[in-house]
Amino acid sequence: MKIKQISLFLENKPGHLNAICRTLAESGINIVTLSLADTQQFGIVRLIVEEWQKAKEVLEAAGYVVNVREVVAAAVADRPGGMAEILDVIGKAGVNIEYMYAFTFRHGKEAVLVFRFDNPDRAIDALKTAGRDVLDAVALFSKSK
Amino acid sequence: MSLFEYAHDLDTPVHPVSAPDYMPVEQLRALQLHRLQGLVRRVYDNVPLTRKRMDERGVRPEHIKSLKDIALLPFSMKTDLRDEYPFGLFASPMNDIVRFHCSSGTTGKPIVIGNTQNDILVWQNGCMRALAMCGVRSSDVMQVAYGYGLFTGGLGLHYGGEGLGCAVLPISGGNTDRQLMLMKDLGVTVIACTPSYFLHLIDEGMKKGINFKTDMKLKHGIFGAEPWTEEMRSKIESLTGITAHDIYGLTEISGPGVANDCQYRRGLHIFEDHFYPEIIDPETLEPLPDGEKGELVFTTLTRTGTPMLRYRTRDLSRIYTEKCPCGRTIRTFERISARSDDMLIIRGVNVFPSQIEAGLMSIDSVLPHYHIVVDKEGDLDSLEIKVEVTAETLSDDIKSLEALRARISHAVQRIINISAKITLIEPHTLPRSEGKIKRVTDLRKKA
Repeated sequence: MKIKQISLFLENKPGHLNAICRTLAESGINIVTLSLADTQQFGIVRLIVEEWQKAKEVLEAAGYVVNVREVVAAAVADRPGGMAEILDVIGKAGVNIEYMYAFTFRHGKEAVLVFRFDNPDRAIDALKTAGRDVLDAVALFSKSK
Repeated sequence: MSLFEYAHDLDTPVHPVSAPDYMPVEQLRALQLHRLQGLVRRVYDNVPLTRKRMDERGVRPEHIKSLKDIALLPFSMKTDLRDEYPFGLFASPMNDIVRFHCSSGTTGKPIVIGNTQNDILVWQNGCMRALAMCGVRSSDVMQVAYGYGLFTGGLGLHYGGEGLGCAVLPISGGNTDRQLMLMKDLGVTVIACTPSYFLHLIDEGMKKGINFKTDMKLKHGIFGAEPWTEEMRSKIESLTGITAHDIYGLTEISGPGVANDCQYRRGLHIFEDHFYPEIIDPETLEPLPDGEKGELVFTTLTRTGTPMLRYRTRDLSRIYTEKCPCGRTIRTFERISARSDDMLIIRGVNVFPSQIEAGLMSIDSVLPHYHIVVDKEGDLDSLEIKVEVTAETLSDDIKSLEALRARISHAVQRIINISAKITLIEPHTLPRSEGKIKRVTDLRKKA
């Protein structure tokens, strides 16, 4: 039930993010979503792409160091309170969120929350027990099309 | 007397070329004095600058009656080679010169060294003994990735390897892909290059999925031409499984093969039957007794083209008084971790780039790609250390990268006692060197 996320180290300089996007674009890789974490000096760009192995390969060939991490994606209703319901479940399960980001699709009324948990398995169990929609890669990428 | 005479009772098989390394001390001193007397006469008769300096001091060649009398002689320095450019310090006519080498000078002009056939042989002897000390033998395949040309690294190790009967691959620097391909395909067992270039080879090899421990036959690395630390040595050895040796030399004295470390790594053994060492106080210029730290000075006892009397290397070291377990009788100096020319004064504190390197290397996950930038912020000196992140250090959350930055900062500050700004930068963005690497940018000098 986990999704592969690739992340890259980025210096805080003009054009650096674009260079990554260009590299992926030239290989025909679509970015489903992306999140940036940054400090004054450097940032980390996290990407969800369907062909993560290929993305890793082309980025490494271009000289980047690429990290692959497993994250959990949960679908929620795209309405007020949708995210709060999920966070309730996670809070009650006693799982810590290391970071998260959210995005919506072009179609439909759902949003997707992407989580990095300190204990992903417990979080997945809790979400499922609460009847929440945890997305695997197939479900996630079929929704994105 | 057989070449093996001095070495027959040692456990380790000693190569015949290493015989002078084990010469009885009294015999070595007698040989050195004999050679010194010949040298001083040669220089006095042929080099006007040195003759003038000796005359000013009232010193004549016949005043050299013991090795101690070397202290009567004037020093020579890199600036002399610059001032007397190009031929002023030559002691042999052009008819006897067979090869030039140059090294970058302090100004626009290089310094020029002329070698006679004798000098080439002396130099080769030093390189052969250095390689033999590392355990290199005629069955080895040696890749010489030092630059060939005016720089002495390439040709020096080349002649040393050929002299021992190795199969030498004179690839010179550059073209990393080809270096790695031939290293693998030819079953290279010995690599000779700068330590920073070898790190570059490791880096590029790892990118291609090469495992140096299993895919290569490398056993020995002969590294020199730039200061490198014990921590860097451990890093190289643990990444590749080779034995990393330190070779020392400088163009003004001949080139690589002036000194080298043996398997015990208790400093570098000096081929002092050719290169007579002294340690002096760099301020008072007085000779210091063995054991004390100061500037390393060499006299080229056997060179004839551009011989040097008491050449000041600017390298800081000490001569050990303890005997090395390898049994060599030639003297040993402490590894050069710092050149006095490299010293930075930051906020009044003396800082050597090698200290910063030692701090960085003490962090397990840091690969040795870094660059030091010194600048001024207002009236205050600023020190920034740029460190490339690596696959091991890279994490996907800010917290751990900030923690890494703090660990590096702490490790460096512990050694140099001043704070430095640590900047993490993208991998493979610092320029890689194929020769001597430039680790420091001092922007204060432009102001």
